[in-house]
Amino acid sequence: MQAFQPIPARPAPVHIAGVAARLRQNYFSSPANAMTTLLLLAAALWLLAKGIDWGVLHAVFAADADRCQAARGLGACWGVINEKARFILLGRYPQEEQWRPVLASFALMAPVFASCSRRFWRPSLALIWIAGLAVFFVLIGGGVAGLGKVPTDLWGGLPLTLMLSVLSMVLAFPLSVLVALGRRSNLPAIRSICLAYIELIRGVPLISVLFMASFMFPLFMPVGKTPDVLVRVVIGITLFAAAYMAEIIRGGLQTVGRGQVEAAASMGLSYWQAQRKIILPQALAAVVPSIVNNFISLFKDTSLVTIVSLYELTGALSLALGSDPNWRPFKIEAYLFIAAIYFAFCYAMSRYSLRLEKRLAHGAHKNND
Amino acid sequence: MTYQVLAVLVIALLGWLLISNTLANMKARGIQSGFDFLSQPAGFDIGENWFNYEAGNPYWKAFLVGIMNTLRVAVIGCVLATVLGTLLGIARFSRNALLRGLSYGYVELFRNIPLLLQLLMWYLLFIEYLPAPNEALSIGKFIFLSKNGLSFPSFVWDQGHLVFQLPVAGEMQVEGGGSLTPEFMAVLLGLVFYTAAFIAEVVRAGIASVPTGQREAGASIGLSRARTMRLIVLPQALRLIIPPLTNQYLNLTKNSSLAVAVGYPELVSIANTSMNQSGRAVECIAIIMLVYLTLSLITSGLMNAFNRRAAIKER
Repeated sequence: MQAFQPIPARPAPVHIAGVAARLRQNYFSSPANAMTTLLLLAAALWLLAKGIDWGVLHAVFAADADRCQAARGLGACWGVINEKARFILLGRYPQEEQWRPVLASFALMAPVFASCSRRFWRPSLALIWIAGLAVFFVLIGGGVAGLGKVPTDLWGGLPLTLMLSVLSMVLAFPLSVLVALGRRSNLPAIRSICLAYIELIRGVPLISVLFMASFMFPLFMPVGKTPDVLVRVVIGITLFAAAYMAEIIRGGLQTVGRGQVEAAASMGLSYWQAQRKIILPQALAAVVPSIVNNFISLFKDTSLVTIVSLYELTGALSLALGSDPNWRPFKIEAYLFIAAIYFAFCYAMSRYSLRLEKRLAHGAHKNND
Repeated sequence: MTYQVLAVLVIALLGWLLISNTLANMKARGIQSGFDFLSQPAGFDIGENWFNYEAGNPYWKAFLVGIMNTLRVAVIGCVLATVLGTLLGIARFSRNALLRGLSYGYVELFRNIPLLLQLLMWYLLFIEYLPAPNEALSIGKFIFLSKNGLSFPSFVWDQGHLVFQLPVAGEMQVEGGGSLTPEFMAVLLGLVFYTAAFIAEVVRAGIASVPTGQREAGASIGLSRARTMRLIVLPQALRLIIPPLTNQYLNLTKNSSLAVAVGYPELVSIANTSMNQSGRAVECIAIIMLVYLTLSLITSGLMNAFNRRAAIKER
């Protein structure tokens, strides 16, 4: 029989304190780790150096096509943004009236910002939305209050991107609540209609819905009556977004316990009263972060409308540079410019959603205690 | 009960209205309808060819080529995006802070820029910034990258025999071997880099859901960090990863329809051309939707089967 031979005890873990120790732990804890650090650092520095060389040192910042042409292949031509920013951001909107879409965008963003704050999560928020949208359409469309009428085919750029995403989202919201409730209803006909709608839309790409809005809607309307392409596209995006949002809201409805429904029923509330006063407030609050994430993807997806010839941010860029041979070679710089705009919006929203999620989780935790 | 009857009536009325309007419109505009056009000659060429398709072939064959192109980019894209996304997701748990940071930066950068914009940028990179085919970039004379796309060693059919062929840089072109067009490369890279960012998040969330105790238990029985990850954490994380991963595969497949913007001849692009040529908008859009619905159902069916295998086997 073998005697028990204890192996020597391992040294106690080193207490980590100070910059040097943390640096060692995070970057140089083992030869492999140190190797990874050095390789990544080398690659990152090389990329950074190349980027600065191209984007700053050899770049042309003046809106001078000849100098840009000379620097081609060596450095970026940021002058193209100087030259084309107005067109990219506002599209074909008449230049002398350009204050209107700018102001209108702010009017549209006001209710969005209000909706971000929990203090405004109450029924009167709907009024803020109606006011914001009304101001937006009066300012950008005109035709009243002494503002000249501007047809929708001249709307473009960032205001159009904002409008398509915000308006579709606002319209999709009530529809998706109804569809989500219908999807959980115990009336078989309504349940199967809602289910078919959700699965049908979620199974096809947005672009086919846009094609439908652009080519098939005119056929659906009474002969001789065709709604504006912008209206058709908004309807298409709304129907698309509502299907996805209905599934999110259904998830929220599932988090509300059965006891809540039964308690409401035992107090004599009708179905709609119970939904409105008891179920939906809890269900919606739980899924706000997911709704924000859905809005982010909707915001990115609006770039697709350029394929059916609406000139939002991406479309306005192609229009601005495609028709101008002097500046056409510098498309990549312009792409980077609008990529930065999209990134700023989406990143800000995803940060907001994350913060909200943490705060809601914290609140839920407190309730459980 | 009254609600149901009402809902069905409203839907039926809406449907009847749409159909009668559509028929009236078609009559008024002299639009022909029906799927009979599928057997007529398509009359356009397709860059990325299957089944020896030619311009004189009927529309249905053109659609078939489009479906094959969609499948090709979707399947390859799913595989590559899974590999890249998993690596990025695991990198978020690395001991190396630089690797963690870069992985986070990648995810935020790629998922916050519209896919369409990324596709357009990749395409521009290929057709504007890469060298001409006669001075193609090469990696060890095996792989060539130029405005004409990517050439690589591959098995090819040559006079009825399957032979292994290396690409050769000729005077004007890179010849021989397998090749991928710049359109395909742009769509593939765009889809892979975009979807990988989402898959990385899915993988990260899956790994984060495995209790720390599991990792500590792995360490306490002397497994290295890599083996703990591979043998203990990932198999458990997989259960949480599979359902959202399915969604990402479906998204990638649906997103491949954006290829129409760079002229890669997949289903939507073919349908778009057919629509403009034959005027059968309703039928072409119906085909697009039908194919994507079928693909969605097949993908989720396969993934559900896989999910059942990975699920906890309870005794």
